[in-house]
Amino acid sequence: MQSPEDEVSFGRAAGRADDSGHGGRADNSGRADDAVQVFDPSYALVTRGLSKRFRNGQLAVDTLDLQVPAGSVYGFLGPNGSGKTTTIRLLLGLIQPTAGRHQLLGFPMPEGQTEALARVGSLVEGPAFYPHLSGRGNLARLDAADRTASPATAPARIEQALHRVGLLAAADKKYKAYSLGMKQRLAIATSLLRPRELVILDEPTNGLDPQGTREVRSLIRHIAADGATVFVSSHLLAEVEQICTHVGVMRSGRLVFSGPLSQLRGGGTSRVLVRTSQPELAAKVLNDLGLAEIRQDGQEVTADLGTLQPEFICERLVYGGVPVAGLDTPKRSLEDEFVELTGEGFDVEQ
Amino acid sequence: MLSSRPATEVREPGESAMPGTHPVPAWLRLFRSELRLVFGRPRNLALLGVLVVIPVFLGIVLRLTINANSSAGPGGPAFLNQLAGNGVFLTLVVLSLMLVLVLPLVIAVVAGDSIAGEANMGTLRGLLTVPAGRTRLLAVKYAAIVVFSFASCLLVACVSLIMGLILFHTGPVTLLSGTTVPLANGVLRVLVVAIYAAVAMAAVGAIGLAASTFTQHPVGAIAGILVVVIGSEIADQVPQLSGIHPILPSHFWLAWGGLFRAPIDTSGIQHGLLSSALYIVIFGAIAWARLTSADVTS
Repeated sequence: MQSPEDEVSFGRAAGRADDSGHGGRADNSGRADDAVQVFDPSYALVTRGLSKRFRNGQLAVDTLDLQVPAGSVYGFLGPNGSGKTTTIRLLLGLIQPTAGRHQLLGFPMPEGQTEALARVGSLVEGPAFYPHLSGRGNLARLDAADRTASPATAPARIEQALHRVGLLAAADKKYKAYSLGMKQRLAIATSLLRPRELVILDEPTNGLDPQGTREVRSLIRHIAADGATVFVSSHLLAEVEQICTHVGVMRSGRLVFSGPLSQLRGGGTSRVLVRTSQPELAAKVLNDLGLAEIRQDGQEVTADLGTLQPEFICERLVYGGVPVAGLDTPKRSLEDEFVELTGEGFDVEQ
Repeated sequence: MLSSRPATEVREPGESAMPGTHPVPAWLRLFRSELRLVFGRPRNLALLGVLVVIPVFLGIVLRLTINANSSAGPGGPAFLNQLAGNGVFLTLVVLSLMLVLVLPLVIAVVAGDSIAGEANMGTLRGLLTVPAGRTRLLAVKYAAIVVFSFASCLLVACVSLIMGLILFHTGPVTLLSGTTVPLANGVLRVLVVAIYAAVAMAAVGAIGLAASTFTQHPVGAIAGILVVVIGSEIADQVPQLSGIHPILPSHFWLAWGGLFRAPIDTSGIQHGLLSSALYIVIFGAIAWARLTSADVTS
């Protein structure tokens, strides 16, 4: 379906209307590193060596090679100050890269930004609206700025967007009277004004209460279910874990991991944990089974699971006379992985 | 999965954007939105209110202090001596007083706020990611500033005209050269002055638009414009600087005296229009160059 020229052109391939390539859930292992810019239509978002050095000399984003599979919910993780928001500003053409280039939905940026951004909904660094306008008035203002949106359907689309974020009741209240959660929801509503192929959300749950966070998560799931690729930045691991299919992890402006969520979680080796009143005996049995990295901590013994089944280990323990009070195969938490990738502490590294 | 999108207003991917296929042209829609924003803003409405109050106040004060036989003497505002003879001249007195500071200030507030205000609120990034288009947004912003300039100057002119006709003598207008023309002709000349003033204020607006692209703080942009305006007016008063007087933005603002002579002398306003046009082009270009290349980090 792809002609050879399409493969090597930097730009939206001529066969873009053929959507059969969409929904591919590839990781970035097949990334082409050669000088020819190869772009695969199965990626909604691709960056190549994207860098931003601010005038004060700070290298906020450092040769970023990002590939976001079409149809994925991509969690963009990183501690505060790791370059997530700068990356999002670069992606949306708000700031110009000092090096590198990128494509949104197959359109080269910034040349194709008129075409590309009309298909992209976004929320950058918190909600920002006209305080003296109502929620509805603010959405109308943004819709009026969209040269490809139909004015005839505007009232209905605004109504629907407000409805989807649950702001219909407060639609005519002035924005300055909104609570933080309402402001955040109005910001998400802007990306729902039109059907989008890609939605980029920067910290969408910032400042929300637990209910608000849940609502936003459910909105993101719905947006994804409608067929859009969702790129969501966050420093909240739980949020990413619950909604994302793919994850990218930033550290000091560099992408230190990118791939399916399962790959991040499966990164470490699984451990087996035995709770028993006779830890020495348990350790000995585990050792006899050939398990590595046996550690004893009070009444708990842990070891690398290796290729053995936990059921088998349990059977051998009981057979070896170990009173097994409990046996578990704790998953390495995403937080462990995250901290391993980004360093201890959430402080800014510069 | 793309086929599952609702089939409302959207284009299919791969097709080009189709501006202009809607009943309302897209630029007009944004322009109307911008006008609603500028004219719906309580602060700007208050400024327009000030532009109504000042002519009314000046008219009443002048009516109470001038009688038909006295002359204001030298040093007063232009056309004050003619005011007692005909109320039409009130507009000229008011405009020449308000062009010194009040009108430039009002335009400075609106123009200085245009981009910097959006940047300050953070709404600029929202507009740019819509995408409104930087050049298009700038053009619409400037168009709204021009409309506000015309609205301001015509508002001042109309209120002063009404006050003048109510408070002072009306009838055929005696021009500076002694010729008398019908009242309608005099009113027409006054309206030309108001439009000329609006063009001058549109030039101030262009300076303000440019200043507005360099900062995220509207107050900074507004202060910058006022420094330019007041600096220009002061420099214009210093004879030693006569060499640069013709390039000062404020130099020709009151150069419409020739309109009230017979035959009409338009050389003053021709120079003024040229000066305004140059300022609009130069500062419009600066604003464009700045906004289309600036990093939006607000």
